[in-house]
Amino acid sequence: MTEQTSPATTPCPSCGAALAAGARFCESCGAQIGDASAPTPPTMVPSDDASDPLGDAPISAPTRRPADALPDPLPDPGRRPCGNCGGEVGPDLYCLQCGTKAPSERDHFREAPSSWVAGVCDKGPKKSRNEDAMALLSSEQPGQRAVLVVLDGVSNLVDSDVASLAGARAAREVLRTPLPAGMGTPQSRDAAVTKVMTAAAAAANAAIVAITDPDEPNPASATFTVAVLEGTRVSTAQLGDSRAYWFPDGGPGVQLTVDDSVAQQQIAAGVAKEVAETGEFAHAITKWLGRDAQDIVPSVAFLDIAGPGWLLACSDGLWNYASEPAALAAQIAAAQAAGGPVGPEEMAVHLVGFASAAGGHDNITASLARVGPLPAVPPPPPPAPSAEAPLTPPPPPPVQNAGEPTAPTESPAGEGAPN
Amino acid sequence: MAEFTTGVYQNEFLPDGGTDVNAIVTITCQGAGMAGQSGSGAAGEIIIVDTSGSMGPATMAAAKDAAKAALAEIVDGTWFAVIAGADRAMLAFPPVTSGPALVEMSEETRAQAVAAVDRFVGSGGTAISTWLDLAGQIFASVPQITQRHALLLTDGENRERPGRLDEAINRATGYFQCDCRGVGTDWQVAEIRRIAQALLGTVDIIPGPDQMRAQFEEIMRASMARGVADAKLRIWTPQGAQVLFVRQVAPTLEDLTDRGVQVNPLTRDFPTGAWADESRDYHVGVRVAAKAIGQEQLAARVQLALGDDVVTQGLVKATWSNDSELTAKIDKQVAHYTGQTELAAAIQEGLAAKAAGDDATATTKLGRAVQLAAETGNEEATAKLKKVVDVDNEAEGTVRLKRAVEKADEMALDTASTKTTRVRPAGS
Repeated sequence: MTEQTSPATTPCPSCGAALAAGARFCESCGAQIGDASAPTPPTMVPSDDASDPLGDAPISAPTRRPADALPDPLPDPGRRPCGNCGGEVGPDLYCLQCGTKAPSERDHFREAPSSWVAGVCDKGPKKSRNEDAMALLSSEQPGQRAVLVVLDGVSNLVDSDVASLAGARAAREVLRTPLPAGMGTPQSRDAAVTKVMTAAAAAANAAIVAITDPDEPNPASATFTVAVLEGTRVSTAQLGDSRAYWFPDGGPGVQLTVDDSVAQQQIAAGVAKEVAETGEFAHAITKWLGRDAQDIVPSVAFLDIAGPGWLLACSDGLWNYASEPAALAAQIAAAQAAGGPVGPEEMAVHLVGFASAAGGHDNITASLARVGPLPAVPPPPPPAPSAEAPLTPPPPPPVQNAGEPTAPTESPAGEGAPN
Repeated sequence: MAEFTTGVYQNEFLPDGGTDVNAIVTITCQGAGMAGQSGSGAAGEIIIVDTSGSMGPATMAAAKDAAKAALAEIVDGTWFAVIAGADRAMLAFPPVTSGPALVEMSEETRAQAVAAVDRFVGSGGTAISTWLDLAGQIFASVPQITQRHALLLTDGENRERPGRLDEAINRATGYFQCDCRGVGTDWQVAEIRRIAQALLGTVDIIPGPDQMRAQFEEIMRASMARGVADAKLRIWTPQGAQVLFVRQVAPTLEDLTDRGVQVNPLTRDFPTGAWADESRDYHVGVRVAAKAIGQEQLAARVQLALGDDVVTQGLVKATWSNDSELTAKIDKQVAHYTGQTELAAAIQEGLAAKAAGDDATATTKLGRAVQLAAETGNEEATAKLKKVVDVDNEAEGTVRLKRAVEKADEMALDTASTKTTRVRPAGS
């Protein structure tokens, strides 16, 4: 229902041939048109109360999307050095030295909001586009606070790649402030955290619905996995089959989330894990985000950690090749055995490389927080949200668009509400 | 301002371990304007007329007539000169002995040049190297001329010690373009083709002097329409790759492989001369290192450069796949021009064998040529082949050499062997 402002056809910047509307490649010369995976701007729904103290995060009104769910513009994909030889990448997105095709920013991106939190979101060698998404936050001080958000867009649905990224970033906005402490009892705190996690899922859902064409028969949908570390406490939220794990140094790893999948239902019914996870419906998920989602209330779980280790949130592109915590722990150990301490970005690169080499049949996302040795005395519980400055997000990519649309398209209230 | 566009035709899918990438790159120029009018420099035109003693009165009269027809086609304001060629070359017009040796075309200079041509008398031998050298010197006398074109008309075999003509061709290569026309049947197609190919021109036979005028008009009109001076085909290949060949395959077949000039370690320039509103097809073969299944690699950037400015670019790609349905396909354009290249070779080798008395080889080669001409729809080649051989079975390429063949028909087949047909209608 948005106004189509661009002409139906534009000339190819490379060869001048007429382009079909929305073409990502020129039919005539094969040139990539812009960033082939650049998100299309979502329809803007104005916030009706700009002074909302919670920002415009849709805690009580999940049909409103936060203004900044518009995905941050991606940096010009032609400017990074070639991943193969380090040479300069030309404006045609091929290396000027070795001719290797540069991945678009959407196909391979990294976030490293601090020295101890980082992630890699990669298309994987066998897929044609990256429908995984990731959004991270971290305090500067190691071990204080980290937010890992991973969404896996459901394969082959229209705009799943755009939707998953918009959803991940929307959820991150909700989690920008520390989780609530509740009224002082553990039950109260868990309930308050669950409420925030539910709001984060709702925000992600709203962002996904907002970019979905109302007439699309196969609306974009995505999984949703969040892992928040605050001091010694890990809180997770889950819809679908992306996962969070905790790997304490020297100890056995533990899977923090339970998949919402047919495989998991079979496992619960007594089918062997390896049989269920490789079966015909292994990747059929029973909960997801999107316009056709039935239930967008995530399963929330908690873990108190007792020592140093790695917190991992990943997509099934990784755990398909190492489902058991021990198998993933072995990969983490292998990376560290190679040579001294490994930072979170190197670890994420290692894990993505492992999954690529093991088959790489899906998009691969690995986001990690490295928790160092804990202080002898546990830190005080995090102060109330209002007393703490918001966390530093990863440095925003260079701005590409001139700004947000000044005249948002009108949209009937409640349109696209998930129910 | 001229606009260039590029189209690439290829099957980018290579099987596991595949290394050789073939592509047809079509470059089209529109809005070329007129020669010398594009602002990048002036256009110069030299008409070289064979005035050796072998030119009989009728031939000489026709040559004069044709030269005058060519003069009439030169656009006013274009720098021009006329050379009379025999065992040495003489500047017939303008009548100067020093300073600029070309003058700008006007009604007055055209009339003076026509009068000079009328005074031509045939005498002496044929030393084409001296004609080319003088043309180069004349062009050099007017520095503002950047687009240099000559039209050479000869009726005789070059009578010089071996190597002399090649040296002169080398000196002229890359400096001026030259279209060549042979009159009668006493000239050597291979020799004149060497000049035309090196100097980015065309070669053809004019069987009767009465057809010269139309030919000259056509050549001059084509030359005057080339508003884009001196474009280069610039080919980048990735580190470690090897350019197997670079051929112009339409409108005529020219092997450019050995004419590349290195721009940087990964890039070479191949001369293409001046451009009119036209479309040219290039067949590029590149060998790259094989990559893993699913990987995509740029095998070549094929660009057209005017000076240092790249005006258009086509990308030749390689993607490794284990889907044999994808990798087994041969692009229609690539297949077509591969056939046309083989056709030209079969005709030239067949005629050479026939001239050497090796009828068996000639029959085999020309039979293959008949087959290829039919397969690739080259009707001109088919028609010309049928004047040299009797065709028993076109599809299988079985032919018999004709007993009595007009020499002119053989020469026409030879000169036309490098003319190619397109898969699609020209200009589409």
